[in-house]
Amino acid sequence: MDSKNDITEMHLDVLKEIGNIGAAHAATSLSQLLGQKIDMRVPKVELVTFDEMFDLAGGTEKVVAGIFLRIEGEVTGTMFFVLTIESATQFIRKLTGDVAFSINDVGDLGMGASALQELGNILSGSYLSALSDFTSLNIYPTVPSLSIDMVGAIVSFGLIEVSQYSDEVIVIETEILQEGEQGMSSLAGHFFLLPDPQSYRTIFSSLGVL
Amino acid sequence: MNIAKSPHTIRTSGLGSCVGVVLYDSSKKIAGMVHVMLPDSELGKSTKLNVAKFADTGIHAMLELLKSQGVRPFSIKAKIAGGAQMFQFGSNDTIRIGPRNVEAVKKELKRYSIPIVAEDTGGSSGRTIEFDPDTSILSVRTVNAGTQEI
Repeated sequence: MDSKNDITEMHLDVLKEIGNIGAAHAATSLSQLLGQKIDMRVPKVELVTFDEMFDLAGGTEKVVAGIFLRIEGEVTGTMFFVLTIESATQFIRKLTGDVAFSINDVGDLGMGASALQELGNILSGSYLSALSDFTSLNIYPTVPSLSIDMVGAIVSFGLIEVSQYSDEVIVIETEILQEGEQGMSSLAGHFFLLPDPQSYRTIFSSLGVL
Repeated sequence: MNIAKSPHTIRTSGLGSCVGVVLYDSSKKIAGMVHVMLPDSELGKSTKLNVAKFADTGIHAMLELLKSQGVRPFSIKAKIAGGAQMFQFGSNDTIRIGPRNVEAVKKELKRYSIPIVAEDTGGSSGRTIEFDPDTSILSVRTVNAGTQEI
């Protein structure tokens, strides 16, 4: 399972399925937190180049709010939440009750930073516990870290581990949709699960598709 | 990993912990840029090594490329930018990857006796950089501090 040739469509389908299970749990938790209908879905699981990864997250220079955490335990990897500045502002306003909050000073988010980190905790916790139940593997998230900066700068940090093995990464992309005036919109953001290459084998063998 | 000759410029966007290394010859108005992601090719665990992403192999390959363009080694100078620490948490090895990349780049440049004319490294902000071989100016843009020329 070291080279991309070993990863088949079936493997990616299985990852999509477990991604959907995790996303359903995370959506429920987030709905309860915000008191608002939230949907999540996994549009695709792909093996992509680093450049394609940046494009998925909005392009290298786009300024976003990135919440980063590592996955530890029997499976290791990286998890990212990439939110547009508008969505991040909206989440912070909802969570803190401060309707006037705006992200204009990138250096000092104050309560806003805690709110976004809490969002990271809740999403990753519910997502990974679903994954852990399904695979019977011990998986847990680290404390989330936050940065408001360019996509390239944020996402490349999460690719460091993978880049020691390859120039491509398996990405489980999840869209976060929220209910707006015109039905469900996908503006809320994305999150990405990037398993470390040495964990591919563990995941697939726990699911019986090695 | 690319080279550019005046009047063309060369740029890379969204550098975080990576380091952009510009190697240039101001009289020939030619420049090459290496995008260093990891400090040392020893870290590569794949059989197919992408030389461009490591400080040691990337700088070596760029020097060879410039030489093949008729640039004399002693006329090459460097400007570097990047190597930020984007996040506060992570595994111990990766959290300091930015500073480690900067150290590795400086060590390699010293090995080839290439002077570093200007640098904007460290901190916790992403950078977009663009080098103009005509003026030898490197412009560095960050989200917070706007654009500065070094």
